[in-house]
Amino acid sequence: MLGTIASIIDGVLIGSVYGLAAMGLTLIWGVMGVVNLTHGAAIVAGMFALYLLTSALSVPAYAALPVILIGGFLVGVGLYWIAVHRLIGRPPLMILLSTFAVNLVVIGLGTAVWGTGLFNIPVTLPGVTWHRYTFPGTHILAAALTAVIAGAMYVFLYHTRLGKAVRAVANNREAAELAGIPTTRVLSLSFGLGVALAGAAGMLISTMFPFTVLAGDAYQLKSFVVTALGGLGNPAGALVGGVALGLVEGFAAQYMPVSWTLVIEFVLFVFVLILFPRGIFAFRRT
Amino acid sequence: MRNLLLLAAVAAFAATPALAADDETLTVGMTLSQTGPLNIDSLAQVRGSELWRDEVNDAGGLKVGDKRYKIRFASYDDQSQGGRVQQLYTRLIVQDKAQFLFSPYSSGLCNTAAVISEQYGRIMLITGGAEPKTYTLGNKYLVQTITSADHYLTGAINALESKSPHAKIAIVYSDDPFSKAVATAAREQAKESGFNIVLDESYAPATTDFSPIINKIIASSADGLIGGGHYADGATLARQVYDQKADLKFISLLVAPDSPEFASLGPAALGITVPSQWEIQATYKPQIGPAGAAFVTAFEAKFKAEPDYHSAAGYSGGLLLQHAIEQAQSIDTDKVIAAFNAMDVTTFFGRFKIATDPGHHGLQVAHEMVLAQWQKKNEKLQREVVWPKAAQTADLIYPLH
Amino acid sequence: MKDTTPSATAGVRHQPLYRRPFFWIIALVTAAFAGAPLIGNNVELREGLLLAAVYIILASNLNIMLGYAGYINFGSIVFFGLGGYICVYLVGSLNWPLAAAELVAGLVVSLLAFLFGLGILRLRGAFFALATIGINEGVQAFVANFEPWGGSAGLYLPTTIFAPFGGPMQALWIVYFLVVAVMGASLYLSYAVKASKFGLGLIAIGQNEDAAIVLGVPAPLYKAFAYSLSAFLPALAGGLYFFKSAFIQPPDAFDLGLSTEAMVIVMLGGRGTVTGAAVGAYLYEELRGYLLTSETFSNFQLVVAGVLLLLIVLFVPGGLMGWIYGRWPRMKTVLE
Repeated sequence: MLGTIASIIDGVLIGSVYGLAAMGLTLIWGVMGVVNLTHGAAIVAGMFALYLLTSALSVPAYAALPVILIGGFLVGVGLYWIAVHRLIGRPPLMILLSTFAVNLVVIGLGTAVWGTGLFNIPVTLPGVTWHRYTFPGTHILAAALTAVIAGAMYVFLYHTRLGKAVRAVANNREAAELAGIPTTRVLSLSFGLGVALAGAAGMLISTMFPFTVLAGDAYQLKSFVVTALGGLGNPAGALVGGVALGLVEGFAAQYMPVSWTLVIEFVLFVFVLILFPRGIFAFRRT
Repeated sequence: MRNLLLLAAVAAFAATPALAADDETLTVGMTLSQTGPLNIDSLAQVRGSELWRDEVNDAGGLKVGDKRYKIRFASYDDQSQGGRVQQLYTRLIVQDKAQFLFSPYSSGLCNTAAVISEQYGRIMLITGGAEPKTYTLGNKYLVQTITSADHYLTGAINALESKSPHAKIAIVYSDDPFSKAVATAAREQAKESGFNIVLDESYAPATTDFSPIINKIIASSADGLIGGGHYADGATLARQVYDQKADLKFISLLVAPDSPEFASLGPAALGITVPSQWEIQATYKPQIGPAGAAFVTAFEAKFKAEPDYHSAAGYSGGLLLQHAIEQAQSIDTDKVIAAFNAMDVTTFFGRFKIATDPGHHGLQVAHEMVLAQWQKKNEKLQREVVWPKAAQTADLIYPLH
Repeated sequence: MKDTTPSATAGVRHQPLYRRPFFWIIALVTAAFAGAPLIGNNVELREGLLLAAVYIILASNLNIMLGYAGYINFGSIVFFGLGGYICVYLVGSLNWPLAAAELVAGLVVSLLAFLFGLGILRLRGAFFALATIGINEGVQAFVANFEPWGGSAGLYLPTTIFAPFGGPMQALWIVYFLVVAVMGASLYLSYAVKASKFGLGLIAIGQNEDAAIVLGVPAPLYKAFAYSLSAFLPALAGGLYFFKSAFIQPPDAFDLGLSTEAMVIVMLGGRGTVTGAAVGAYLYEELRGYLLTSETFSNFQLVVAGVLLLLIVLFVPGGLMGWIYGRWPRMKTVLE
């Protein structure tokens, strides 16, 4: 029984970080209808950015968070102008393939530079022990920082003019254009934000688990599952979806061989897509 | 198309060291995992083979009748993926004209490479694959030099039995052909020894988050943990078991703790045991080839690093091939395989003898494993041989902490 | 912008298939594939062409969904892998002859595709694409846990399976010819679909699905049928490929990278054209073979694929054939 509770708590902690990753994906999807298949690469970039900052420049791990957020934002904006801007308004097939292609290039370059071996960022934090179970300090801090970032996103979206503009463009781009909002700038800004969130999530994940250049795919897939659960374009839904996924993983692992967890995830994914194409917590109107 | 292939072949050939015009060349083909999760273990294995090749060439080459053969390696990167292996081995035989083959690293890749050995009739020295199933398929040209997976955890189980006869153990292993074969045999042996198996599960090889399964280990109140997989997952599991304070009295993990890299885990490495094909302290008296100490010295001089059992296995593969060719006085495949079938010889790596019945041809039957444990000696972390008692250099520390 | 979409190439529709020059071009290509390695018993060439043929099979069949109907199937490799597993299981564990195993593999996978399709084909665009990934990964995770199929350790075929063919050397040749036959069938299938009313319906769906429905195209049925059809030949190819390899395990069978490459090939050659898939596959395989064994480039394979795809999507969305048709419009009457 205790074991189940411990797994659930741990699942929620890790799940919130999945939620953070998915927030970036769902924001871009919601604002411009683009499924960003570079999402996985952005997550991995965050991981390797932290690795470089801690090993080459000896920056203490968590201090790198603002750097990665800002860096991710700039990269995201650049990515928008290179691969996405030309294709807005063209068939969605093309944008999908375009971001997919960029993903291949980034991961391929990463592989060429770092190989596909395992990397680890040594972060030691005292954990919290409860009965015979210990919750690693890194998991707890990652969840806490996720909450902070999510809170900041909320404030931005609902209590600033720029945030309002983003929501307006997400709702109806043409109307927003007519209302005088510089939509192109908002689109690039949103893309930048989405990549920044993905990078930050990657950084937090790298403090908890080892990673490879190829790890992005797995987390990208998890982000899709979370987005399917939480609904398109709904950052709060993404967080809830992430926690839900973490819960499922932790809970399922207790009652069946751990190797079945992946199967459960994918079945869940396909089912949710089929039954709730707009997500279980869908807010966005068609 | 042919021009491209030709170009690639010339480029590959040009990249290998120039050979004297009047020497004959013996080409040995192999793939190695220059990239991918198997990279660390594969590199160690290839280094052993390279040391052998250079020693033979420096001594003038292999002597066969009137001819002297210089050894040349032809190799490609399999990227730790089975999908490329068959294509690459076919290329090694058909294009690079490899006369003999060395295996890749890991049972999964060895199994897929073995098919090419049989299809094209080339002898393959298996120095990196322990799974026994491959030898039941009717192959005639495979030669395994290392102990098969069935016996990997026998030593660990016997060692634990000597300290705690009715211990509760958790068997947690990577879902890959090698680890599965080890776990299957270990399960039987554990039951026969009277252990209580309280947890028995596999995890996906690419797992990086072991917390759910570690929570299950804690919940099961296990005294001992056996299993693991290869370096990447084994090292991660060891680290997270330590971080989550799983409070185990005995841990035995496959492969990972045998790598010198494992020391980088620091306190998490202390007390962990590993079934090993060979340790530096091993005292086998060789009938052919160098003594253990000589091998270690030569390896350290060439690579500035300590050899582990993968390197020793890689070296022994070359050494045994050399011996078989010298016994057969020919490089003809059928004559050499006949020499292998008749061989029963001891090298610094241990004893060598393969099964010759069609149901198990090529399976290694004479080589034995030892159990090593990471202990602190003079404030330094190093491995000591703790089992069997006849070969030990230190006592098993039980419980771990 | 030049209109290089498939419907614009509807040229000589009124003639029966075998009268059209393209029919004979396909026959010629297939014969060339079969004949070339026989000259001088050229095993290297055979191995290279085998891989090219597999790529052509994957790309041509993917073209039916991606090129005509405009549905991105990221996980198309699942058909190849499942076909491989069923065939290897039937031949290895139940001792079926290869031909029967192949046929069953093809039919079962097509049926499964139809069932999966019913579920996911009501999704559009990106949702569908992601669902196909989910299916591939889910099937892979399932097979890795499925003991009768060897689980994660995979299935082996004993060396005796090549005996009915006269030994491994002969078996490798026979398997090669069978793969070439499947390749020819894939090209013909792709061509026949395009020339049919069914194909016209698919292309209409690809241009504007809602309008097509309004005009009376039975979209759900056509889509499901196309999805199922596009699974059959890759399943056969998978069965042959893994029979030859005598060993199948989940990561090799369900390799998403291969799906990705098939997609790049379809886009490279020209989406919606039959020639495009074939030419693109051949070119890509040559490039890949070179990159694979080159010391400097073996890590850059994906980068090259990605850059190629990006350039095509941004600047030449019609691919190679799109560009050719743009410059020499008369080619449209000969090639498809």
